[in-house]
Amino acid sequence: MKEKNSYTPLQMTILVLLRFLIGWHLLYEGVSKFLTPNWTSMGFLKESKWILSGFSIWIISNKSVLNMVDFLNIWGLIAIGLGLILGLFTRLAAISGALLLLVYYVINPPLIGLEYSVPIEGNYLIVSKTLIEAVALFALALFPTSSIVGLDVFVTSFKNRRNK
Amino acid sequence: MRKGKKQLLQDEDNRELTQKNTIKRRALLRAMIGIPVLGAFAFEIFKKTTFDKQKRDRIIQELGLENINNTKGIKSPSATKGDLIRIGIIGFGNRAVAHVNGLGFMEPADVEAFKERGIFGDWLAQDNLNIALTGICDVFDLHAEKGLEIARNGIRTTGATPNLPVKRYRHYQEMLDDKDIDAIMIATPDHHHAEITIAAAKAGKHVYCEKSVALSEAEICDVYDTVKSSGIVFQLGHQITQSIVFQQAKEIIDKGILGKITLIETTTNRNSADGAWIRHLDKNGKLKPGDEKTIDWDQWIGTTPKVPFSIDRYYNWQKWFAYDSGVIGQLFTHEYDAVNQLLRIGIPKSVVASGGIYFWKDNREIPDSLHVVFEYPNHDLTLLYSANLECSKNRGRVFMGHDASMVLGNSIEVTVDEESTRYKKQIKEGLLSASEPMISLNSNSGKVDAISGATSKYYTARGLTTTTIDGHQVDTTYLHIKEWLDCIRNGGVTSANIERAFEEGITCVMATKSYLEKRRVEWDPISKKII
Repeated sequence: MKEKNSYTPLQMTILVLLRFLIGWHLLYEGVSKFLTPNWTSMGFLKESKWILSGFSIWIISNKSVLNMVDFLNIWGLIAIGLGLILGLFTRLAAISGALLLLVYYVINPPLIGLEYSVPIEGNYLIVSKTLIEAVALFALALFPTSSIVGLDVFVTSFKNRRNK
Repeated sequence: MRKGKKQLLQDEDNRELTQKNTIKRRALLRAMIGIPVLGAFAFEIFKKTTFDKQKRDRIIQELGLENINNTKGIKSPSATKGDLIRIGIIGFGNRAVAHVNGLGFMEPADVEAFKERGIFGDWLAQDNLNIALTGICDVFDLHAEKGLEIARNGIRTTGATPNLPVKRYRHYQEMLDDKDIDAIMIATPDHHHAEITIAAAKAGKHVYCEKSVALSEAEICDVYDTVKSSGIVFQLGHQITQSIVFQQAKEIIDKGILGKITLIETTTNRNSADGAWIRHLDKNGKLKPGDEKTIDWDQWIGTTPKVPFSIDRYYNWQKWFAYDSGVIGQLFTHEYDAVNQLLRIGIPKSVVASGGIYFWKDNREIPDSLHVVFEYPNHDLTLLYSANLECSKNRGRVFMGHDASMVLGNSIEVTVDEESTRYKKQIKEGLLSASEPMISLNSNSGKVDAISGATSKYYTARGLTTTTIDGHQVDTTYLHIKEWLDCIRNGGVTSANIERAFEEGITCVMATKSYLEKRRVEWDPISKKII
């Protein structure tokens, strides 16, 4: 992780703000699923239309796999959200968040010719908010802020001390 | 002075130290800046859940629906104990396949399809009904052999009773004469239903019969009298009411949430050859199997007018009034049953029907567009039925009340009426609003949820084939069969019993009569006759 603060204060502020906002969103997605009784990703997977549709059907048809996917979804989102907000293991959180969002995107992408039975808010052609959020997370992984603004400060200093 | 210089140096050191400390403190503060953000998040979550809960609790409390989510406990399936019941199936077409799935059997080819739909595990977990499938009767060799094969293969629900030997009967009467059969399930074309039910009741066999129960007024009365005097347990094949959402809808109606209901709209919206009963061709457009050698045509024709063998009539019998009553017998029956189970409306005072053959202009007799008005002045109620086989736009099933309306399908949506008397105060306070449903219940927990924003939109308009009990998808046909078997063993009354079947049969005959005779048809409750 970058050691020296080479950002201007404004750059730093905007990057941290973006980190907080995405963290807040993913954390709430996780928490709201956790709070919804009997929440399952089955409906979402059932709609799968593109290259992962076979994989999605395999998940649905396997009760234990589906349960595991649901569990990983909820706690993965919560962990990623917490990581981004607190600035703890931020690079790991950002990259896994981006990959998770890409999976969501690939399961139901807004491509020409793919129609979904569920109404979608907004209008998308190939690019959706999910895709943008995924790319934004990659950007956050490449422009780290947490070793200055975040609990990674302690992780870094602990690592440095051990290396000495 | 020297001392002063030393002092100065020390002061500078101190300042540096303080400065360093300040920098450290700032760095520390910066490192922990996420914590107050997280605190704000937790506070907002708390505020939101409290707000949602209070609003929900107030609505539920004001409506008196505190126990609606416990409805699932009422009919939760339990293991069926008691003597083994030996079942024979008469007519082994598509519907019988659904019956045997409910009984705990499956065709090998269906295993994959069930797995794809994600319900194979739930099917395996179905309770053992303690039954044996010991007889198959069909006029078509191919269908009979399929039935025998399913009865013999090893694909069974977990813990099911081991298979007993299964026998094929050429004629239903042979099956009814066999003392090794305790109960029968009828899934033949409709023109055999009444005749077989009557013969079975006389032979003392319990009957599970697909709709329609009979095609004429005289037949319905015969079936009613025979079943009543025989003491057998009768169940008509309307599994729709076994769904949890129906039981919740009943609670909503019984609690008077909708206010006075004066209009119910029911519909059929289909737009396919299969939906219009053109079924004699396979996927590749080739004729389906069957000829005079493999089908006992005389027996199939039964008491209907003699006609030469026709593969069209064999597969597409719903197109002729001799064998069925088209949309009325095949589709309105489900709508009527749904409404009658909820409101106990019984037989209408008058019926007017109108329609025609406007799209599927083949050799059919039954209309493909039909609209019927049923009047119930004793309930201050009109029941509308509108069927269309050339447009599949979903028009739903709507109960229209003075205070709220309810759309009932695979889910329930109750929306308050802006001009409601009962909810005037709550609408003014902003607690209730006509812009969103005040009650929304879903039978399947397969809620759509995607991070991309489709959150909390529900799947609707799925076929009402399964219902969710304690997180498991349960086949409603299985529940309906189970109710029938429970009544055979322990006594009690089935939900689609002979009284309901009689009311439904008469109502359907009135509609068909009105369409064919182009007039308003009435029911005389004193002489118990259609006039």
